[in-house]
Amino acid sequence: MADGSQAGSWKSGRRTPEELERDFGDLHPLYDAHEARVAADRCYFCYDAPCITACPTAIDIPLFIRQIQAGQPGSAAKTIWDQNVLGGMCARVCPTETLCEEACVREAAEGRPVEIGRLQRYATDTLMTQGVHPYERAASTGRRVAVVGAGPAGLSCAHRVAMRGHDVVIFEARPKPGGLNEYGIAAYKTPDGFAQAEVDWLLRIGGIEIREEHRLGSDISLDTLRGEFDAVFLGMGLGGTRAWKGPGDDKAGQGEAVHFIADLRQSSDLGALPVGGDVVVVGGGMTAVDAAVQSKLLGAGTVTILYRRAQDRMPASRWEQDLATSKGVRILDRAVLREIVGNGAVAELIVDRVGDDMQPTGEVLRLACDQLLRAIGQVADGLPDGLETDGGKIAADARGRTSLPGVWAGGDCTPAGDDLTVTAVAQGRDAAEDIHAVLMAAAPARTGALVAEPLRGIDAPPHGETPHPGTHG
Amino acid sequence: MADLTTDFIGIRSPNPFWLASAPPTDKEYNVRRAFAAGWGGVVWKTLGEEGPPVVNVNGPRYGAVYGADRRLLGLNNIELITDRPLEVNLREIKAVKRDFPDRAMIVSIMVPCEEAAWKAILPRVEATGADGIELNFGCPHGMSERGMGSAVGQVPEYVEMVARWCKKHTRMPVIVKLTPNITDVRHSARAAVKGGADAVSLINTINSITSVDLDDMAPEPTIDGKGTHGGYCGPAVKPIALHMVADIARDPECGNIPISGIGGVTTWRDAAEFLALGAGTVQVCTAAMTYGFGIIKEMTQGLSDWMDAKGYVSPMEVSGRAVPNVTDWQRLNLEYVTKARIDPDLCIKCGRCYAACEDTSHQAIAVSPDRTFSVIDAECVACNLCVDVCPVEGCITMERLAPGTIDPRTGREVRAEPADWTTHPNNPSVKVAAE
Ligand SMILES: Cc1cc2nc3c(=O)[nH]c(=O)nc-3n(C[C@H](O)[C@H](O)[C@H](O)COP(=O)(O)OP(=O)(O)OC[C@H]3O[C@@H](n4cnc5c(N)ncnc54)[C@H](O)[C@@H]3O)c2cc1C
Ligand SMILES: Cc1cc2nc3c(=O)[nH]c(=O)nc-3n(C[C@H](O)[C@H](O)[C@H](O)COP(=O)(O)O)c2cc1C
Ligand code: SF4
Repeated sequence: MADGSQAGSWKSGRRTPEELERDFGDLHPLYDAHEARVAADRCYFCYDAPCITACPTAIDIPLFIRQIQAGQPGSAAKTIWDQNVLGGMCARVCPTETLCEEACVREAAEGRPVEIGRLQRYATDTLMTQGVHPYERAASTGRRVAVVGAGPAGLSCAHRVAMRGHDVVIFEARPKPGGLNEYGIAAYKTPDGFAQAEVDWLLRIGGIEIREEHRLGSDISLDTLRGEFDAVFLGMGLGGTRAWKGPGDDKAGQGEAVHFIADLRQSSDLGALPVGGDVVVVGGGMTAVDAAVQSKLLGAGTVTILYRRAQDRMPASRWEQDLATSKGVRILDRAVLREIVGNGAVAELIVDRVGDDMQPTGEVLRLACDQLLRAIGQVADGLPDGLETDGGKIAADARGRTSLPGVWAGGDCTPAGDDLTVTAVAQGRDAAEDIHAVLMAAAPARTGALVAEPLRGIDAPPHGETPHPGTHG
Repeated sequence: MADLTTDFIGIRSPNPFWLASAPPTDKEYNVRRAFAAGWGGVVWKTLGEEGPPVVNVNGPRYGAVYGADRRLLGLNNIELITDRPLEVNLREIKAVKRDFPDRAMIVSIMVPCEEAAWKAILPRVEATGADGIELNFGCPHGMSERGMGSAVGQVPEYVEMVARWCKKHTRMPVIVKLTPNITDVRHSARAAVKGGADAVSLINTINSITSVDLDDMAPEPTIDGKGTHGGYCGPAVKPIALHMVADIARDPECGNIPISGIGGVTTWRDAAEFLALGAGTVQVCTAAMTYGFGIIKEMTQGLSDWMDAKGYVSPMEVSGRAVPNVTDWQRLNLEYVTKARIDPDLCIKCGRCYAACEDTSHQAIAVSPDRTFSVIDAECVACNLCVDVCPVEGCITMERLAPGTIDPRTGREVRAEPADWTTHPNNPSVKVAAE
């Protein structure tokens, strides 16, 4: 199967440098102080706020918004980072429309939620711009923890473990840390080198060493790590992609969407990146949308997303879909790729329209295509031997413990990771607290937010029932 | 469209909206533009006696209190009376009055508390053709340190004395402007009545410090590291002003003295409320200083539309309508029993009512695991707090229990006949009377 091999019709420099700079710039520009206070003022400070429950890291959202409103974005940032040390990235990449902002009571009331994501960014950017890292390490425990993968899960785990006084070494296969923050997230969600800046900021806790270009499996083995370290956390993400097999899968001009995006993210000159005239992306998730939008922004003539089910079942959120269509991407749903046609390089796709039962309806489309991007799913790759797996991923319990003693896992490489940055952060954090508890033979610290009555120091209200037990996450 | 023409102590104006004595009325240029925009009258910025005028600070004069989106809710100032020469002001007043004969032209005055000083200035003001004078007994800063303004207004005997001097030395109607920086405004108003004043106007500004600069550790506005108290005005003071207006309106000793209502009037509705509580005209300062003269169009149109809808033909007909319903606490009907009702269809499940009632009131709201909020009648005292904190208008309402029903909180039957504290068995004076 050809990957990354170009077709002759691809061209670079389809758009002017000014157009590229504008369109790959910040999707949601930073609030200024006044905008932030106005936006913050819309928060009702709900009782047992549903947004907290909807956030996988359980940030105390009403509290941080109140802190912004009271003129202290720095305190707000601390509230955010206490629960989610990558709160700056999450503010940019979380699909808030399906998380906190979907739960906002003002979304229910007016269809216009409090802009939690942008407020979170305002708070975290304020303190990061001031160069403040408000955490210190506890006294050294003398224990050492190995973390595999410097993505959101690994970084979050490393920071919390370091904060608890342990020394951390991160083994990262790629030349740069950040995981998909650095190689995957759409460029316009995190421009200006933010991923790298956030890693630099995070490392200021101290006690974390990153060894880049150290791949578990080839450069180092799990047994070695278990021998040299007191605990191991695996946050390796999903290194592989699901293959598409069919007639024409050997034609040039096709490749993996994640590779296309990684090249784009690492490119220093977007104008030099070649892109096809007629791009087709197969898939329905965030990767498909990001690949489609970014190829359109590079100047592709037509861009089409082929999705096999009805559009309302796309894993990408409605907001993401609308972003794509607003940029001129066509979404063709109930469409299944049957064959890739071309003389050496892809020139045309034969596509079956299907019904709800996934059976062809008989309608067949022929789409012009000189660049085909596959985004039909990522899979775990190169998992170390000896670990129990679940659906091809590393089996782990709620605390992140795997089947091997002393080995924890979290993020996309585990079944509970739902392919969101914020979930990876939550799992890395929770595993870190469990690692600390095991190493120190102590009870693990609570990581979920206190909500409802316990937040206010009350066991149970005299009247009414407590909506839920009072902790979350 | 209702006719807004107002007759206030014989002073006619095309509408009851006057600009209060303040920067908007400090000079001819402003007042001409205000009249062109449609204001019914002005009270000219307070004049002082002949001679070198007062000076103002050259640093900031105002402090502000903001609401969301920087909406100005309260303003405080340390400005003094006019700092322009008396002759200039008098000449300008005359010129404007000549060109706008249909508008009310009131001249505010503050001179030392000596009969000679008042006797000297009154004829000169009268010569401008002005319709009346307003005695500034309210300015709470600067002038009061010199024995004028609120220093006079706070002593009822002085109020009476100066009002009497003015009645003696001029034929113009005399309005006494009252300070709120007292314990009971009725004493000042009664003094004005005794002195023969034709009307009172209120409120002047309230002693205040709006904020503190926490870096410089100085009150705002800060002048070279120091600050002083200023006079507070704007929307924030309206409730205080309304109460004082109502207190005078229903005081038998004030004998229905006409009132010009001042304090936080920002829209037609505020004006209607002042009128309802007994004012005959209203005066506006902060709203005009915040938004400019153009707001008069909303105010006149709004008042007129509302009057049309209600069938009132003149502002004079509105004046005092709500006064009979202002009463003492002891006259409130204790058999009026209500309970909060939460409309589940309107509820957005924010839980603010729950937090408020549970933490700070009467633990009368229940919450179910699916965040359905409902009122526990056996606990609800009908305080209304949940209504006040609910972000959705109309979601929580207070429903009256029909006579004959049992109030589950008290176990008592609600009676049809009103009964108040004056007859309540727990009232010690009732027992005394019965013995
Ligand atoms: C194109 C794309 C767009 C996305 N957009 C969003 C978005 O907008 N919002 C959102 O919330 N989520 C988004 N996601 C999902 C999100 O990026 C992931 O859920 C998140 O990065 C998972 O974090 P992780 O730490 O588990 O894995 P990763 O971020 O994948 O990090 C794993 C790290 O481990 C390293 N590694 C792998 N194998 C080894 C090994 N053997 N030895 C050493 N190191 C190894 C990798 O190089 C990598 O640095 C997107 C994903 C993709 C692919
Ligand atoms: C409903 C209510 C009842 C109050 N009752 C009293 C009281 O009985 N005694 C008292 O000294 N102050 C009372 N206060 C005044 C408060 O103690 C406080 O001085 C005032 O509300 C100003 O503070 P705040 O606006 O910052 O809350 C009451 C205030 C409210 C709102
Ligand atoms: S009216 Fe007062 S006591 Fe009754 S439910 Fe509302 S807040 Fe509670």
